[in-house]
Amino acid sequence: MPSSFKHTLFIVLLLLAVFAVLPGVYQNHLLLFNFVIFLILAQGVNIIYGFTGYLPFGYVGFFGAGAYGFAIMVMHFQAPAALAVIVGGLVGVALGLLLTPLLRLSGAYFAIANLAASLAVLHFVANPALENITRGPYGVSLTGTFNPTLAYAAALVVLALTLGAVVYLKNSRFGLALQAVREDAVSASMAGVDVVRMRVIAWLASALVAGLAGGVYAWYLSVFYPDNVFSGDFSIFAIVFALFGGVATICGPIVGVIILYGIYNLIGFTTPQYFQLIYGLLIMGLVLFLPAGLVSLATRRGWHVP
Amino acid sequence: MSPDSAPILNVSKLVKRFGGFHALDGLSFHVLSGEILGLVGPNGSGKTTAINVISGLYAPDGGEVVLDGVSIGGVASHKLVHRGVNRTFQVPKPFLSLTVRQNIEVALAYGRAVGTPPEMAALLEQYRLTEVADRPAADLNNAQQKMLDLVRALATRPRLLLLDELAAGLNPTELDWIAGHIKALAQSGTAIIVVEHLMGFIEQITDRVIVMNAGKEIFEGKLAVAVRVPQVIEVFLGGEHAA
Ligand SMILES: Nc1ncnc2c1ncn2[C@@H]1O[C@H](COP(=O)(O)OP(=O)(O)O)[C@@H](O)[C@H]1O
Ligand SMILES: [Mg+2]
Repeated sequence: MPSSFKHTLFIVLLLLAVFAVLPGVYQNHLLLFNFVIFLILAQGVNIIYGFTGYLPFGYVGFFGAGAYGFAIMVMHFQAPAALAVIVGGLVGVALGLLLTPLLRLSGAYFAIANLAASLAVLHFVANPALENITRGPYGVSLTGTFNPTLAYAAALVVLALTLGAVVYLKNSRFGLALQAVREDAVSASMAGVDVVRMRVIAWLASALVAGLAGGVYAWYLSVFYPDNVFSGDFSIFAIVFALFGGVATICGPIVGVIILYGIYNLIGFTTPQYFQLIYGLLIMGLVLFLPAGLVSLATRRGWHVP
Repeated sequence: MSPDSAPILNVSKLVKRFGGFHALDGLSFHVLSGEILGLVGPNGSGKTTAINVISGLYAPDGGEVVLDGVSIGGVASHKLVHRGVNRTFQVPKPFLSLTVRQNIEVALAYGRAVGTPPEMAALLEQYRLTEVADRPAADLNNAQQKMLDLVRALATRPRLLLLDELAAGLNPTELDWIAGHIKALAQSGTAIIVVEHLMGFIEQITDRVIVMNAGKEIFEGKLAVAVRVPQVIEVFLGGEHAA
């Protein structure tokens, strides 16, 4: 095993162990759960943006679709929660498939079309005419499956799978080919890479991750409205966290979530009046001085960042 | 050089339009396995466009591209690569943030080279990239990036190789060196189309040239003959650059 791969494995396992132990010593379980959700979503953004260059401004669409996939399985089919989470992931993939034509767009056009698509899904789900299926704007209440402890454990499993996927991308020829596509799609095709197929696979993988995360989120909350699980904040936070730490690495998005979501919860609660200011300055500073994310502080020194 | 008689590529009446403008306007030619064909002509005469169509970047608007007797117009680039077509770019296009080694790895992994795949170490050595193998491609100078483009193509074992101004910017020693490599590739059976402005270089390596103007062929044959054809002379002297 190459040593960089061992380092990666160590970081990933440490992170999972810390989040497995923390609920025993720290009371605010909802906060821990939200950390895990953002760790998953930031890595999901990493898969599609870091490895292909598509910026998913409507990433929450998959998350919300996954949450409603979960809810519908539980409400209408009395499915066990674990199965409903898997269905949530598959609903995310199905939405991803439906949106594959967006991959023909580039840059800002893709980002905007993806945002519009997520709003369309929100309004579809929240449509009062669908009350019998989604409960429309009135929200869902899933008391039968309510079990925050298990839901938290499921979130950790999804995080482990997601990190596993990113570790694979970082260390496989497949991931290398994806990065080649991101760098120069024409050249990638001249290396024999099926560019369209690669992009679709990465897109669906990141949709799956968000769908699964939405599923466990619905499981944990049990009671929610369309606006809760389709909130644009999820997309923005996941993107900002991933970019802040640095995409196309495993550590970058992790560092981004821990620091930014940590600060968010620290100053957001204690001194909310300064929160927006500090947050805004941090992000501006980063974009201006470290466009490749915090990890570029290390890579610039020639250190290898897994 | 001993080209055998099987034409690997046949281009006939090829048309490529950009808007109303005909970049290729009925271009026809063929290349044999093991042959080095020069494609010359003034700037804007459609040489790069011809390469782009043959390598699957653009679908033709008319005419045919036939590889090994099968029409390939509109077939996706990566599929053509798997069928033995590859190319370099006039402005080299490496994967800038990947290392030189990783650049080549992608092509070795995805190029589906027929037979024993080329070896990384040998490719790096032959094209003088060993010393920079672990540096990002962005660190290379233009000539090195061109060599990397070439090595990426060679990693897929092409039977038809299209070189778009590979020699531009090389010094005379480097020119001799790369000419030797191109000839050796042809000797091993690869058909090679060379687009180049340096007539000395074209003279040194090609078996035959096609002179293009305004998307059409205006001459086909030996370069030594071409330079005495009034129409060819006029195109070059009237063009924006003298070859
Ligand atoms: N993608 C494109 N869009 C519009 N015009 C193009 C495009 N590619 C080439 N052209 C035009 O087609 C003509 C031929 O270009 P090109 O094939 O690059 O010439 P050459 O390689 O012989 O210098 C030029 O007039 C060029 O401006
Ligand atoms: Mg050109």
